[in-house]
Amino acid sequence: MNLFQETGKYFLLMKRVFVQPDRSKMFFRQFPKELDKLGLQSLPIVLIISVFIGAIMTIQTKLNTENPLLPTYSTGLVTRDTLLLEFSSTIMCLILAGKVGSNIASEIGTMRITEQIDALEIMGVNSANYLILPKIVAFVVMMPFLVIFSMAVGLIGGYLVGVFSDVITVADYLLGIQYAFNPFYVFYAMVKSLVFAFIISSVSSYYGYYAYGGALEVGKASTNAVVNSSILILFFNLLITNVMLG
Amino acid sequence: MIEVKNIIKTFDGVPALQDISAVFETGKVNMIIGQSGSGKTVLMKCIIGLHQIDSGCIEYDGRNLPKMKPQEILMLRREVGMLFQGAALFDSMTVLENVMYPLEMFAHESKEEIRERAYFCLRRVNLEERSYDLYPSEISGGMQKRVGIARAIALRPKYLFCDEPNSGLDPLTSMIIDDLIYEITHEFNITTIINSHDMNSVMEIGEKIIYIEKGVKAWEGTKDEIFDAENESFNNFVFASKLFKQLKMLKQNPY
Repeated sequence: MNLFQETGKYFLLMKRVFVQPDRSKMFFRQFPKELDKLGLQSLPIVLIISVFIGAIMTIQTKLNTENPLLPTYSTGLVTRDTLLLEFSSTIMCLILAGKVGSNIASEIGTMRITEQIDALEIMGVNSANYLILPKIVAFVVMMPFLVIFSMAVGLIGGYLVGVFSDVITVADYLLGIQYAFNPFYVFYAMVKSLVFAFIISSVSSYYGYYAYGGALEVGKASTNAVVNSSILILFFNLLITNVMLG
Repeated sequence: MIEVKNIIKTFDGVPALQDISAVFETGKVNMIIGQSGSGKTVLMKCIIGLHQIDSGCIEYDGRNLPKMKPQEILMLRREVGMLFQGAALFDSMTVLENVMYPLEMFAHESKEEIRERAYFCLRRVNLEERSYDLYPSEISGGMQKRVGIARAIALRPKYLFCDEPNSGLDPLTSMIIDDLIYEITHEFNITTIINSHDMNSVMEIGEKIIYIEKGVKAWEGTKDEIFDAENESFNNFVFASKLFKQLKMLKQNPY
């Protein structure tokens, strides 16, 4: 199937997804479950990765900027801006594309091959709306919180370097992360996180929904979901950055 | 009653169903039989509307499915119950929740009434109350089929479709499921269509039988007419089993 057909099929699916749910109470029953599954259950991995990356970024930045002409706060400043502009909003989303994307694609794909989606259709339920809408809405709602959490924990990681090593002093680091702070960067990161959350949840749902065959195809759908979500994230990252910061 | 007239269905130019016409009567167990790959599942999926036909007509009590608007198809589907080959129960829901699901979606009843109806359906398929809170993965294949039947009849359907209801079940459980489908069909006056290649089921509960071969309706009749059928391919299919061969011999030479 060529790119145009795939894109058309994706938009037709989204047309079926974004309609009034058959029963609102069923949507609101699914929604908190998805908030928990896609959002809250992603917190540990976000915590672990962010704290380590924050710490590593601080050490590497310090090692690469050991120049007496550069102010001592530059390490904190660079760490902060890198976390805000790129790591927490893009790299973290790429990581979550792996975790959440494969989860969504394999769950919906398994429902497809075990005829659970057919069962919904036979009942007269709009299966795309019932299965996919709560996932997209829940993940779009949760993603900004995950990104903010990642930013905060990443900065704490850098702070811990100051506390437990002599790479940088705590005072220099704290000065750096507060110096010339531009709140627009947070807004920019939030915009990216919302777009990326939509891409991850909708693209993964698409690949799961149209899975066919057996377990092998569900695995393929899951892989395609992660790969294509990641490519789209990188593409939209460039686009949004060009529009908002270019 | 469901009537199909001159159905043609192709996949990428390859014919799957060729000019099939049949009547599936109300209050009877209608069976579509045939070898694997003969087109019986395609026929059933066409009748339900999961596959779009190339030409022909599918009438549910006079309502032509291919000409219906999407909203009308949704309304029709609420009159349809289906038991899938693998039961297709929702993994994330318990047995009780599975049966309550269609009611919660479409029945305009109170929560208590919905629960009562779900209990009634589960009791009707002889499931013990202690299994109601279990998940599908925690119950046997036969129990899953029973839950599937309970879910299918929850909305009081006019039409019941069963796709190979006995596959993967032992002979005794198969018989129980067959009997259950037969009883429910007659008790609630449902138009039931079963897709099967199990001749035991056909002889047990089949009231009207349609034999499909290579996408063509090759034979049609009742179970009493099976032994007198003169279609060679149908005879090969039926009498592939030694038991049926012996039965035929017995019928021809009773003494």
